[in-house]
This record gives sequence, structure tokens and C-alpha cells, in this order.
Amino acid sequence: MQKELWKGNEAIAEAAIRAGCDCFFGYPITPQSEVPEYMSVHLPEHGGVFVQSESEVAAINMVYGAAASGMRAMTSSSSPGISLKQEGISYLVGSELPAVIVNCMRGGPGLGTIQPGQGDYYQATRGGGNGDYRTVVLSPSNVQEAVDFVQEAFDIADQYRNPVMVVCDGLIGQMMEPIEWHPVPKRDLPPKDWATTGRKGRDHHNIINSLYMDPEVCDQHNANLAKKYALMEQNELRWEEKECGDAEVVITAYGTPARIALTAIEALRAEGIKAGLFRPITLWPFPEKALHELAGKTHVKAFLDVEMSSMGQMIDDVRLAVEGQKPIRFLGHAGGVMPTVEEIIESVKKALKEVQ
Amino acid sequence: MSAKVTFNSDRCKGCELCTTVCPKHIVAIDTTVINRKGYHPATVTDISQCIACASCAKICPDSIITVEKF
Amino acid sequence: MAIVYEKSKGLTDAELHYCPGCHHGIIHKLVAESLVELGLLDEAIGVCPVGCSVFAFNYFSCDMQEAAHGRAPAVATGIKRTHPTQAVFTYQGDGDLASIGAAEIVHAAMRGEKFTTIFVNNAIYGMTGGQMAPTTLIGQRATTCQSGRTVEQAGMPIRMAELLSTLDGCVYAERVCVTDIANINKAKRAIKKAFEKQMNREGFTFIEVLSTCPTNWGMTPLKANAWLKENMAAYYPLGVIKDSSAEVK
Repeated sequence: MQKELWKGNEAIAEAAIRAGCDCFFGYPITPQSEVPEYMSVHLPEHGGVFVQSESEVAAINMVYGAAASGMRAMTSSSSPGISLKQEGISYLVGSELPAVIVNCMRGGPGLGTIQPGQGDYYQATRGGGNGDYRTVVLSPSNVQEAVDFVQEAFDIADQYRNPVMVVCDGLIGQMMEPIEWHPVPKRDLPPKDWATTGRKGRDHHNIINSLYMDPEVCDQHNANLAKKYALMEQNELRWEEKECGDAEVVITAYGTPARIALTAIEALRAEGIKAGLFRPITLWPFPEKALHELAGKTHVKAFLDVEMSSMGQMIDDVRLAVEGQKPIRFLGHAGGVMPTVEEIIESVKKALKEVQ
Repeated sequence: MSAKVTFNSDRCKGCELCTTVCPKHIVAIDTTVINRKGYHPATVTDISQCIACASCAKICPDSIITVEKF
Repeated sequence: MAIVYEKSKGLTDAELHYCPGCHHGIIHKLVAESLVELGLLDEAIGVCPVGCSVFAFNYFSCDMQEAAHGRAPAVATGIKRTHPTQAVFTYQGDGDLASIGAAEIVHAAMRGEKFTTIFVNNAIYGMTGGQMAPTTLIGQRATTCQSGRTVEQAGMPIRMAELLSTLDGCVYAERVCVTDIANINKAKRAIKKAFEKQMNREGFTFIEVLSTCPTNWGMTPLKANAWLKENMAAYYPLGVIKDSSAEVK
């Protein structure tokens, strides 16, 4: 298949159009503004609806309205804007509405920086808004994956009636890479007979709602949602292992740092140091069992978690999975500073020395 | 003309709004009755005077009044 | 025998949870009757607010969505833009619309979104127990201004119909009340006209309905009616605030 050179954010927008996105509601924020820009031009060409909202809060609620009336709806933003969308994401989950939300992450806290970051891991994987909930969180580490995941995200959302997040760091949104347009795997999707499309002869009115005044009914609603999360954990788990078969030090990383880690692993192996990469692709569900099993292997001596975050966030999930079987070291920077290949090499060597 | 005014009295909240709009002043609260909600419901005191204007029904916030005419 | 008046088919048989004498029930049925009479019930999609009318989705018999607090105009934008030929409305209170949702309503009006907003202004937060709203009158008591609202503390009350009518996208804004039959008839005409203009794709239409809150005002329903006419209608003038089609003529 012919390769095409695409900028990450524009490719994400085009992927959504190809996935049958009916409508996009967004607000400008660096480094994701190319997504609404591209959508404003090209979505209407395919009969879709583009609205630039007055805020991220409004954008996610426009998504709510459209999704609730049966549309494939999408919004994108970057970290501070995603914070503003959290209310709406919680309502989407509570009302069981499918939607696709792209977070092109930048550094924080507060305004932080417009440079790439990974400080929204907790927010993405623990719900982020009020209440107990989960969303499937897909984390591409290159533009090809971003394109594939955005297309699949619409189907995953429709399958579970739950929003899906695609979380990439700003670097993936901003860089250009050659990609191929793959058809995504087909899923059997349920009919949207719950949608508020107007009754049009239906013998009952449909209601989209997340309010349950009776505590027992609310408890049951949450239990039903929890069953869906369990299904997502069962069906949607994705991760990648590289050079882990004999690795003494396993690097855990996602997104751009995972790519930097691969270069470091190559250099380390050239020096005779056995390093490998464990890359969660779904940040939620987290590949806990696979990582736990890897930690139990005798050849694995230590883990090095690498993130674009000053203290590490995913490292907590790594700790939960490893369960103390092996020591875990951390390397991270926030505020747009990338972990370098040299730093990773040095940290791997240091980790190995500490355990020997 | 004769009229029939039906109150779904179990749902009446006794707000008295209907009593303020009757041009014949025949809609009143029946203080001899307490409904299942604990309110004195509204009623028509003299149906023979009713002109079926439905004003009581129009203002009723709970839509419990049906008005018919013969 | 002929039925002169019965409960609208635009309403479900659910019992309303509103307090005795609350105007929400009257306003609900005017909206429901308008949808039925215009033949729009089967097409309509409504959006409820957070506030006393949060359960309106149980009362209207058309398809309904429940929005987050203040966000109904954004939700309705998402619906109407993707269902441009269908009737869409928001039903919002004054805390929802004039306070937390001020940005959403202003921008929906600015964009000229082709839906209708029914704005129920009772000058107080009802559901949460009678706190001061942006529409609470000067001197009016509420649980967060127990000696009465002052200009120094909270500024002057906001007149949403006038504010929105400054925006070109808002083609029709009228303020009505439902304290008596004459006003109920006017209110219904206004609501029907708003839906007609919506279906003619003229732009954003806005009906502000002054309403009582007997419970939180601490009055009987009849005293609350009188208080509304004497005090609210004095600050929030009734009538057509804006009608673009009238201006053209």
C-alpha cells in the first residue's frame, strides 16, 4: 500500500472522517489546533458538522447532545482543555454515550507549557471527572497508530456505549510521518435504539440521563457500568513487548518515550546489556497480568519506568503490576523536556548495577 | 349547556390557583376532604353554573382537571 | 359530549414532583400543548437543566436529554446541528441559564442556533433550597442573602431576555408570565411563535417565563402570584423584547 506523509493532528482528523465521524466540536488550544482546523475544512465536505464552540466545556456538551441523538461525535483538545471537558466526560459515561475524545497532551500543571507532556495519565485512566468510571484509553506512539486507533475508537465507543480517549503527547500531534490507511477490524455494533432522535412513531420516548435519585437504582446503574468496564478489560487490552525474552532491565514507557527507549535499547544491546521494552498501548485497561508475569521471570532483574512526567504517573500502575517482585527505577522530565537516549542508557546501567 | 368537570383529586396539591380564575367563582377547596397526598383538594361547588371555560384546568399546574361540555 | 380541556398528550402520565402552586407545571403544559398543536411532538427533542425541572424528562412525552448544569444550550446545539429539520428546545431555570450556563446561552444565541429556549425565571435557586440567584431582586431574601440582596454585595439582577436580544442571532425574545388566564394565553402564543420561528429556520428563539417559587419565597401560591406581578414584573417587563420579523415589516 502506498505510504503518505501526514502531520499527526491532521491525520487524526482525517482518520475520524474515514471512520464515519458525523460531527466535531472543538476549541483551539496548542498543540492540537490542527485537528479542528482540518475538521472545519474537510468534515463538511463529507456531510458532517463542524462547530467551533465557545469553550471546551461547551464542546464536550455539544458532543453529548449529538452522541445522545445517535451521532458519531468527536472532540479533541490538549491537557488544560481536557481538564475542562472532564465534567462532560463523566456525564457521557453516566448517560452511557459513545464519543471519541483526543488528548494531545502538553506539560502542566496549570498553563504549564505547549510542549509535549504525559502528565494527564491519572486523569485519563482514573476517570478524571466525578464518580467511579473508566474509559478505554488508547495511546499511540507514532502517527500510524494514532490513525488506526482513532478509527477503532469510534467502534469501541459504540460497542460499549462509553467514551473512548485517544491520548497522545504533543509530539505525535505535531510531527509528520509516513502512514498507510489500513481498514480497521470490523465489529458487530449494537443498534442505537436508545438514541433521542425524536419519537417518529416509536411507542415510547427515549431519555438520556445520568440522574438516579433512588440510591439502590444508582447503585445498580453503577454495577451495570462496572460490568461493561470488566468487558472492556477482557476484550480491549493491548500492549507490546520488544526484546523482553531475555531482558535484564525492562523499560516501561508509552507514547514518545517508548520510541526513545527503543533507540536506547538498541545501543545498550550493542554494548551487551540486555534491555527490553514493555509498552502499554491501552493505558486503561492496563496490561497488569502480562507485566506481572514478566516481572516473575528470573532473567528480569529490574524495571525502569520512563515518562514525560516529573514524578511518574504510570509508574503506580507498574508498581501495582510488579507487586514488589523486582525493583523499579524512574526517569522522567516534565514541562516539555524529553528523556534522552543517553539518560535512558545511563539509568538502565545504574539500575542494573544496583541489583547486581 | 351543561358541563362536567373532573378532578383527579388524588393528585391535587391544594394550591388554590384554580380558585382564582373561575369567572363563576364555583371552584373551591374542599376542606372536608384530605387526599392521599395530605392536601385539601379542589372541587366545583355548583356545576350547574359552570360554563366549561376550562380556566381552572388551564392554570392547574398538575393538569388534574378535565372539562367536558354537552 | 365534547372534551374542552384535558391533560396534553405532550405530557406523560407521571405525577409532577413540583411544590403546590409552582408554575413549572403550567409552563410544562404550555410547551407540551404547543408541540402537539404544531404537530412537532413526534419530531421534538428536548433538553432539561439541573434545577427544579431536572426531572422534566419524565414529564414531556417527546424524546428528552438531561444536561449538566447550565450546558443545555451546548447540548441542544449538538442535537440541532445534526438534526436540523427537527424541533429542539431547552427548558432551563435561572440558576442554570443566567448563572452557571451564561456562556452557553450567550454563545448559542450569538450563533443563532435554531432551537427554542424556555427560560423559567423564579428569582431564586429552588432545588437547592432557596439560595440567591443572579435574578434575585434587590431586597429579596434568600438563604445566601438573608437580609435581602444588596447591590453592593451582588450587583443588580440580570435581565436575560434583554441581554440576549442584543445579539443578532437571537430573532425572538419575549417575556411572559402564567399568573392568570390572560397571561397564560399570551405565554402559550409566545411559545408557539418561538417554535414556528425555529421551524422556519429564522434563528435563536427565547421565551422567558416569570415564575413563582412559593416554597422558597415563603408565601402561599396566591400570595406568590401577587408578589410576582407586583415585584418581578416591575423589574422584568413583560412583552416582546425582540422580534426580528416585526422589525423587518
